[in-house]
Amino acid sequence: MTARIGVITFPGSLDDRDALRAARLAGAEPVSLWHGDHDLRGVDAVVLPGGFSYGDYLRAGAIASFAPIMAEVVAAAGAGLPVLGICNGFQVLCEAGLLPGALIRNAGLHFVCRDQRLRVESADTAWTSEYAAGAEIVVPVKNGEGRYVADESTLDQLEATGRVAFRYVGGNPNGALRDIAGIRNEAGNVVGLMPHPEHAIDPLTGPSADGLGMFVSVLKSFAAA
Amino acid sequence: MAKVAVDVMLKPEILDPQGQAILRALPGLGFDQVTAVRQGKHFEVDIDAADAQAQVEKIAATLLANPVIEDFAVRFID
Repeated sequence: MTARIGVITFPGSLDDRDALRAARLAGAEPVSLWHGDHDLRGVDAVVLPGGFSYGDYLRAGAIASFAPIMAEVVAAAGAGLPVLGICNGFQVLCEAGLLPGALIRNAGLHFVCRDQRLRVESADTAWTSEYAAGAEIVVPVKNGEGRYVADESTLDQLEATGRVAFRYVGGNPNGALRDIAGIRNEAGNVVGLMPHPEHAIDPLTGPSADGLGMFVSVLKSFAAA
Repeated sequence: MAKVAVDVMLKPEILDPQGQAILRALPGLGFDQVTAVRQGKHFEVDIDAADAQAQVEKIAATLLANPVIEDFAVRFID
């Protein structure tokens, strides 16, 4: 049976189509999910896509984190469902308390849009097992509020427990503390990152196909289960 | 009916690039004695409840401020 990857559309989501396409190219059945539903439609994994949910009013991801479907996402994540937050989706996961820390305005105040090199720091999550630990990948980054912050003790704990999933290399685009581009939860089923793997799945339209590995990783995690 | 103000500020240790940009613009306007600017958010909440203070404190802590990066203060306007 084909695994089903759900992508949630919030009002203001932009990259839900690309995430659905990435799921399809990886070999999954893509499933559209709606923020206003209390229903994950039985999917095997969930992606919170990039964009500007609710216009980023109040704080990026703040209002979306209280959407009806987020109650289901929080419960399912606690039960082990793979959840990936990309860009705005990462901001939503932090606001919802599924991942620690917060994303704030870029240090340079500019919206940064460029191809970005990342180092995969944690290759034993549901979303990164296709990569070798320490591998470098190139995927687009595009955000205005992508600066990862957390207090020193939280940062130290993330480092000590191997929960930094991705780190910027070759230049930090937004002043993120300790060059953190993405983090994971302790169990490894919840991963969030600011850069966009779903825009790097086909050399025709992206800088590489390096991002496809995240979607292939989660499919393999089902096969292994 | 109570009108309650909520002021939300980034915690002191969190970099505020917007405040810094404002600070850097001030000397050009002739204000060269300003040493720091921090930018925050101001909310005014009209609420008809006996426990207005407690409810607005909860609203601030739940939605208006993110306690990871922000502090807030609640005060009655009238």
